[in-house]
Amino acid sequence: MSDEILYEVTSSEYKYGFTTDIETDIIPPGLNEDVIRLISKKKNEPDWMLEYRLKAYRTWLKMEMPNWAYLNIPEFDYQAISYFAAPKKNAPKSLDEVDPELLRTFEKLGIPLEEQKALSGMAVDAVMDSVSIKTTFQDTLAEMGIIFCSFSEAVQKHPDLVQKYMSTVVPIGDNFFSALNSAVFSDGSFAYIPKGVRCPMELSTYFRINAANSGQFERTLIVAEEGSYVSYLEGCTAPQRDENQLHAAIVEIVAMKDAEVKYSTVQNWYPGDKDGNGGVYNFVTKRGLCKGEGSRISWTQVETGSAITWKYPSCILMGDNSSAEFYSVAVTNHHQQADTGTKMIHIGKNTTSHILSKGISAGVSNNSYRGLVRVNPKAENARNFSQCDSLLLGDKCGAHTFPYMEVSNDSAIVEHEATTSKISEDQIFYCNQRGIDTEKAVGLIVNGYAKEVLKKLPMEFAVEAQKLLAITLEGSVG
Amino acid sequence: MLQIKNLHASVNGKEILKGVNLTVNKGEVHAIMGPNGSGKSTLASVITGNPAFEITKGEILFEGKSINDLAPEERAAEGIFLSFQYPIEIPGVSMVNFMRASINDLRKSRGEEPISASEFLKLMRKKKELIEMDSQLTNRSVNEGFSGGEKKKNEIFQMAMLDPKLAILDETDSGLDIDAIRVVANGVNKLKTPDNASILITHYQRLLDYIIPDFVHVLSDGKIVKTGDKELALELEEKGYDWLKG
Ligand SMILES: Nc1ncnc2c1ncn2[C@@H]1O[C@H](COP(=O)(O)OP(=O)(O)OP(=O)(O)O)[C@@H](O)[C@H]1O
Ligand SMILES: [Mg+2]
Repeated sequence: MSDEILYEVTSSEYKYGFTTDIETDIIPPGLNEDVIRLISKKKNEPDWMLEYRLKAYRTWLKMEMPNWAYLNIPEFDYQAISYFAAPKKNAPKSLDEVDPELLRTFEKLGIPLEEQKALSGMAVDAVMDSVSIKTTFQDTLAEMGIIFCSFSEAVQKHPDLVQKYMSTVVPIGDNFFSALNSAVFSDGSFAYIPKGVRCPMELSTYFRINAANSGQFERTLIVAEEGSYVSYLEGCTAPQRDENQLHAAIVEIVAMKDAEVKYSTVQNWYPGDKDGNGGVYNFVTKRGLCKGEGSRISWTQVETGSAITWKYPSCILMGDNSSAEFYSVAVTNHHQQADTGTKMIHIGKNTTSHILSKGISAGVSNNSYRGLVRVNPKAENARNFSQCDSLLLGDKCGAHTFPYMEVSNDSAIVEHEATTSKISEDQIFYCNQRGIDTEKAVGLIVNGYAKEVLKKLPMEFAVEAQKLLAITLEGSVG
Repeated sequence: MLQIKNLHASVNGKEILKGVNLTVNKGEVHAIMGPNGSGKSTLASVITGNPAFEITKGEILFEGKSINDLAPEERAAEGIFLSFQYPIEIPGVSMVNFMRASINDLRKSRGEEPISASEFLKLMRKKKELIEMDSQLTNRSVNEGFSGGEKKKNEIFQMAMLDPKLAILDETDSGLDIDAIRVVANGVNKLKTPDNASILITHYQRLLDYIIPDFVHVLSDGKIVKTGDKELALELEEKGYDWLKG
């Protein structure tokens, strides 16, 4: 498939760095119980939701920011940002009610919200700042019993499902950021695939930060009933700003017996400028639960943006014969820092997990893989294979690998391989001799290096991801 | 077409080329022979602008212009091609993508439009036939896991695709079986026009049975110590190089 994709590099700048000039309803900076009540009220939430938020807030107050990652995280003042920002024209019932400026924004980002113009076979939930703007193809999907809507809408219309599954995979107090998100989350996406249904199109959420000095805290919940299938995509961008923006999301996936969920991310938040000013702090908790027998979850991520990335999409293999995959490409350039990887927790019998991580570091960036493979005592015949490769461009950047293995069952086979390489001068010269300049050669070589992961992505995403890799690394050699 | 004047070049401070003079005109085939380590590949690297080598003295003119200061990709755009003695592997990058990037970049630097997909596929098919290359190879990653002979064939395939003015073939015949040599030589001969030229670096007279050189040069210790016609190659085959060493 990748062969069909034209290798091309567009521009060297972060081309999504524009802001949209729309009226925003933004609450004053700061966080306390009143703010949480205000958010809940603005969203017209039922009492159970407010109780949940307050409980999360109280939990968060007792927690501290984690510091074990290989990251240098500056002091962050959680009272200095606003926890709710929304485009003023709220909850449109039809496309005509959506602020045209917003439509133009998403159009500019390549995310058409008019269904007739939409990419074939993709339903999109567009989230700007804290609020879902528009979810496409809802009706088409509803005919098959598939629910795809914003999280807020799900709270209103499908409260039993939300209450049944929310926080069953990522508990409120799982970590500092999950507690924070649970207290203040503003919106996100909800998908429910009924028993035996194969979702006929890619479901996609597109996140966009726009308002200044605000945090973005979305929540995504995906439930795949027995024998169902869904492929889910997530993309994101933010304007270019001097100050740092906080993004702390939660994604929960539940897969029942024989269900399969594929979750792909192309993360392209604003990375900051080349001197390390600005950029998004991306602290995300993503976890999937292979609940039923024979269930399957795969995470594929291409991480090119953000100033700091702290993210470990994980799987709990509870059902017997369940399997999980993690495919990752993480690129860091200039002053970016990434500490990313996965956790595979084997609980059921005959469970398998596969990890393929490709790190690429350039500039003075730092890129760490951190992965845990745990085999519980009763997890007979667990199988894991991990491959972690690092590619270095230049000698001022760093690549680190931290594999943790906790194996408590003798029948387990757990294998880990790691390599570190550099792009060789011979490879560059070979490309040069064929007329390809050095910058393009690096893009080509890096895309080749990441190919095994890229080919797991749906087509449109793969094209975008290839361009992103090349653009992210521009100016990194010379 | 190519004029090399008193060329001195070194790598890591060690002088390898010690005053090479060579003129190649349009339509000519030159063979360069010489003992191992005499600087043949170095000469090819220096002509094509490999940054590992430093020109310490002398000049390389291509079509009358000095190319000393041109980047390797600019020299490629001028029409200089090197078939590598040791072709490089680029994992994960398919030959198709590599060739398309190459052709389009060369076109771009010459101010031409990118090649269309159908034109490109047609060109690929034609050139694969010309050198009787296994179709599967172009779907694989650049040189990755190719056998020694396949790598060499792949170099000639690229040469056929790019249609250079000056092709330098560095020991393209080494590692090829007898049939493959014939096929490759055949390809080179078919690509020959009155407007292009080639330099064949080889250790074996056999290649020169198929591609008849206009000149044969002997490079020894960084200098061309003897120049003759195709008979010189036969003589070398018989007598070795010792009689030429000062
Ligand atoms: N990067 C390098 N560093 C140090 N020495 C080098 C380097 N490249 C080439 N040399 C030396 O330069 C000399 C000429 O090498 P070159 O590869 O040009 O020889 P050659 O004539 O092509 O030999 P062969 O017939 O074996 O291919 C050799 O002594 C080689 O060891
Ligand atoms: Mg050589």
